[in-house]
Amino acid sequence: MINANSKVLLEVRDLHATVGGAEILKGVNLTVRSGEIHAIMGLNGSGKSTFAKVLAGHPSYEVTQGTVLFDGQDLSVLAPEERAQAGLFLAFQYPVEIPGVANDQFLRLAYNTVQGHRGKEELDPLEFDDFVREKMKLLKMNPDFLDRSVNEGFSGGEKKRNEILQMALLEPRLALLDETDSGLDIDALRIVANGVNQLSSKDNAMILVTHYQRLLDYIVPDYVHVMEAGRIIRTSGKELALALETHGYDWIHANDQATGAQP
Amino acid sequence: MSAVLQHLVNQPYKHGFVTDIEADIAPKGLNEDIIRLISSKKNEPEWLLAFRLEAYRKWLDMVEPAWQNVKYPKIDFQDISYYSAPKPKKKLASMDEVDPELLRTFEKLGVPMHERAALAGVAVDVIFDSVSVATTYKEKLAEVGIIFCSISEAVQKYPELIRQYLGTVVPPGDNYYAALNSAVFTDGSFCFIPKGVKCPMDLSTYFRINTEESGQFERTLIIAEEGASVSYLEGCTAPRFDTNQLHAAVVELVALDDADIKYSTVQNWYAGDENGVGGIYNFVTKRGLAKGRNSRISWTQVETGSAITWKYPSCILRGENSVGEFYSVAVTNHHQQADTGTKMIHIGANTRSTIVSKGISAGQSNSSYRGLVRIAPTARNARNYSQCDSMLIGSQCGAHTFPYIQVQNDSAQVEHEASTSKIGEDQLFYFAQRGIGAEEAVSMIINGFCKEVFQQLPLEFAVEATKLLSFKLEGSVG
Repeated sequence: MINANSKVLLEVRDLHATVGGAEILKGVNLTVRSGEIHAIMGLNGSGKSTFAKVLAGHPSYEVTQGTVLFDGQDLSVLAPEERAQAGLFLAFQYPVEIPGVANDQFLRLAYNTVQGHRGKEELDPLEFDDFVREKMKLLKMNPDFLDRSVNEGFSGGEKKRNEILQMALLEPRLALLDETDSGLDIDALRIVANGVNQLSSKDNAMILVTHYQRLLDYIVPDYVHVMEAGRIIRTSGKELALALETHGYDWIHANDQATGAQP
Repeated sequence: MSAVLQHLVNQPYKHGFVTDIEADIAPKGLNEDIIRLISSKKNEPEWLLAFRLEAYRKWLDMVEPAWQNVKYPKIDFQDISYYSAPKPKKKLASMDEVDPELLRTFEKLGVPMHERAALAGVAVDVIFDSVSVATTYKEKLAEVGIIFCSISEAVQKYPELIRQYLGTVVPPGDNYYAALNSAVFTDGSFCFIPKGVKCPMDLSTYFRINTEESGQFERTLIIAEEGASVSYLEGCTAPRFDTNQLHAAVVELVALDDADIKYSTVQNWYAGDENGVGGIYNFVTKRGLAKGRNSRISWTQVETGSAITWKYPSCILRGENSVGEFYSVAVTNHHQQADTGTKMIHIGANTRSTIVSKGISAGQSNSSYRGLVRIAPTARNARNYSQCDSMLIGSQCGAHTFPYIQVQNDSAQVEHEASTSKIGEDQLFYFAQRGIGAEEAVSMIINGFCKEVFQQLPLEFAVEATKLLSFKLEGSVG
């Protein structure tokens, strides 16, 4: 939902980042306002996932240039957990397994930590149990998953649903969904997309990182960006995704040549 | 992230202080005269002196074991003082008469003894250096016929019981350190639960090594008669020193028909500094004899301290249908080395044993599980289940598993499972992305990993163990 008067949540300016000495992001610019849904598309290796991880503060990546303001605050001074507490959420492409840690305990600790930082009330185990079960219905999740270890032995679809469940619990101001659609069958995709749509509001924003148009059949973005070689090379409305789906990524360059625009 | 972790893991040992109490110390060195001195200081009967001398003579002919997966400089056994005791004072009638300095020590350790005893209903037999200073709740226990006192006191008051059982599970010549202990032990605990009595409370001993360079040779003997049961807790902490301290304890448990002994340890001795200097050498022989039918011996240990741990709490399952259990968490950090595990010796028919071992290695430390499961020809239908899990934190530590299985009866069922896992940066980042800092993340992962063992601990101990592990390991990932 585009509203030019709504608050700027994320302001990325000329962002460069490296991993292991190799520069992956080479000057990303992006502005996200409250209420907006952005899709970032691009081929493998274009830097989409790196962009999401850099925003979340993954320790393997080093920001070498540029600024990121989240709700007016310089992100570079915040540790990853502080970014999360401030309301920045990353739904992982490959959620890691944590053997031995029960999902319900993990979810409750995460929830209470973030609540605590918002000056809101924390929930005891019984209260939390009611609360989380309510949220799980949204994603049609089997309650037995609360007793299992975090992501351990989960199918790809279960892992992704668990990510969206965490998003539902933590109510982030800005959610980065890193290829949440990959590895999902069509039913799971619908459930996840439905969950995301219900969580979307005028007070938060979402960035969907994806390869394919099909997720965008269910979650309609306000903006579609195309990333290539560490930069956003094209920004347009949702119709851009459809054009990419039909013509492929090369079409952008052909299109550029035809119009004489620089990539 | 790793700077935070570094800081956390390098926190100095909290209990590093020395209590200023005058000690009565024997001259350094070991010979028959020193043993006679110990025996006479303790006013022991002739048979006990003979027991000590026999052990000493065996020890002289023995060779220090070298098969364990640990490295340390050669110990000069002549450079150790084998006896130290607080200056004798008049007999203590109540806690008020205990040396205030000693009470302050307990305060610093966070073990306000009398409060703890009263609040938790735990009887605390306090070992201060080598001599017991105070015993609480003794009268209450005496009402039901339970004896819980220092072994020195037991030698004086119940010599026949000591003579009947001492050395029957761990004979004087059993191994190098057990022989040394048998020759020079100065004190320890004695516990006797008579026929049919269920001990109404957990019995607890807080050990503390205090005098610099005084070797510690505790001797513990616990006997549960027919149908008796007891849960015994041993907790340890020691002050900080630069020179290595040798600790060679012997613990013997005897369970008669239908008796049940549960022995829990939380060990947090000084482990040396971040370069591995100082720290306790912990060479312990612990063994339980499940002598009677349907008897049960259960060991639970949480080993977090010591520079070197060499320890194999074992069960000899002689009685038919007897049960042996071993639940262990061993944590090593910095340059700590642990070689620990258990022995389950199945002799009786239908004997069962369970081994759950969790090793956690961080820093440059090395942790080994070494376990023996032996099914004797007589042990029809014996069963064993072993599970050995290792967790590595960082890339410079090591974890090893040495399972030995000897089966001499083909009706036996023996299972062994093992796993190795690692706390990685990606796991910590996952926690961080949900707002959870590294400290809490490590604590949660470790507690999850150790859950099966912590469940075996008495509640109070489980809480302490959880805190202790978090304290030891927070931030060791980087």
